[in-house]
Amino acid sequence: MKPQYRILILIALLFSFYQSNSQCKSFAKEKSRTHLPPYIHDGNFNSMYFNEGEVAEMFKAFYSGQSYRMVVASDDKLPPVEFKILDSERKVLFDNTEHKMVQKWDFRLEASQQLIISIKVPVSKAHVDNPDNIDFGCVAVLFGFVNH
Amino acid sequence: MLKLSSYYLSFIVIFMFLFVSCNSGTEKPKNIEDEINVENNEGLAEDFKKAQKVFFRLPSPLESAMLLKRANATYDESLLNSIKNISKYNTNKSMALNLGIYSSDLSFASLYDQTQTSINYMAAAKKMAEGLDIIDAISENTLERLESNVNDRDSIMMIISETFLNSESYLQENDRASVSALMFYGGWIEGLYIATKLAQKSETINDILAERIADERLSLDLVNLLLSKYKDNNDIQSILPDVKELKALFDKIEVSKRPSETSVNEETNVTTIKSETTVRVPEDIFIELSETVQRLRNKYIKE
Repeated sequence: MKPQYRILILIALLFSFYQSNSQCKSFAKEKSRTHLPPYIHDGNFNSMYFNEGEVAEMFKAFYSGQSYRMVVASDDKLPPVEFKILDSERKVLFDNTEHKMVQKWDFRLEASQQLIISIKVPVSKAHVDNPDNIDFGCVAVLFGFVNH
Repeated sequence: MLKLSSYYLSFIVIFMFLFVSCNSGTEKPKNIEDEINVENNEGLAEDFKKAQKVFFRLPSPLESAMLLKRANATYDESLLNSIKNISKYNTNKSMALNLGIYSSDLSFASLYDQTQTSINYMAAAKKMAEGLDIIDAISENTLERLESNVNDRDSIMMIISETFLNSESYLQENDRASVSALMFYGGWIEGLYIATKLAQKSETINDILAERIADERLSLDLVNLLLSKYKDNNDIQSILPDVKELKALFDKIEVSKRPSETSVNEETNVTTIKSETTVRVPEDIFIELSETVQRLRNKYIKE
């Protein structure tokens, strides 16, 4: 193959990666926000690319007396996302694998505290023995609160 | 000719590579284990190694304003950063900080149904966003939608939250997460400024607001971690001593905390996280904190 063709293919691959990255941003806007009402989106943007098997953690303060909804939305080609809510001592307060893999969670706090949201995209059964073919896709985590 | 084409193509490839790689702004920051106190928690360092991506989130301006309202704060327009100051902001740092500050003022005004002020501050935020080349985050259409929903606070809040989402996603998409961090810091300090001023309005300090202000110690840790991710950026470097000064004051607040427990309301399916926390803010510390916040915020709106 001529060198300039190879370079053009590389450019196309890089562009497709960039395009998919932008699509991840619009995913948060278009798909995830629809699961928040009647809670009002706080306006924060938490959307990122995950490979199957990848883990991320988000640290955020939540305030007493406020009612929150957390929504986790993921690309259809990914298996359902696992998430845990931990307090600052890393005690698990909620684990969606014990609640039918729900992708949204409503909660309120009696005292303000910092919580850790741990997100994991599990490796799908089809890819456990075939790690070279794992998928990747967009995951968005959004928070809403009640307008009192 | 062939040599020349390959040369240009190579140049394009290198440019594209740099452009694309710069967009992965969500990677775990270096030395994150050093930035967070893990001395008393052996498992924490191990967990960080397992988490490939770590994020620190601050309350959005809308959330901060909602917390003020929930604390029964009264509305006082004189506390907002005057929109006459817009022309002063010509640097990336001042525009990013004041985009956050005006967004916070906009949220505060909108939650108290101050429609015309909300429209004016949305326009001010638009100017800052345009100055930062944040394209289409706040359009003329946004202002028109705001005007046509004057009697529907939920719709107004939806419009405002959409503009935050647009601004932040644009900055992250374009490898400008440090600008986004400055914007959030500006919004956070403005919320804190309004809260400290309102808490001192009456003869005695408003206890609910004082407690709410003390709660900001939780977000201050995250402010520190978020800004430290971009400590090589000159604008952020200039802010870090201010954050350190605030942290030294917040650390004087006395806090005792018991482990968290949860209970679920089967009817509403809402989980309540229970934890007994006692917070004591000595009056002298509160006053020192308020004065420091006021001094820093006034510095940012003058820059």
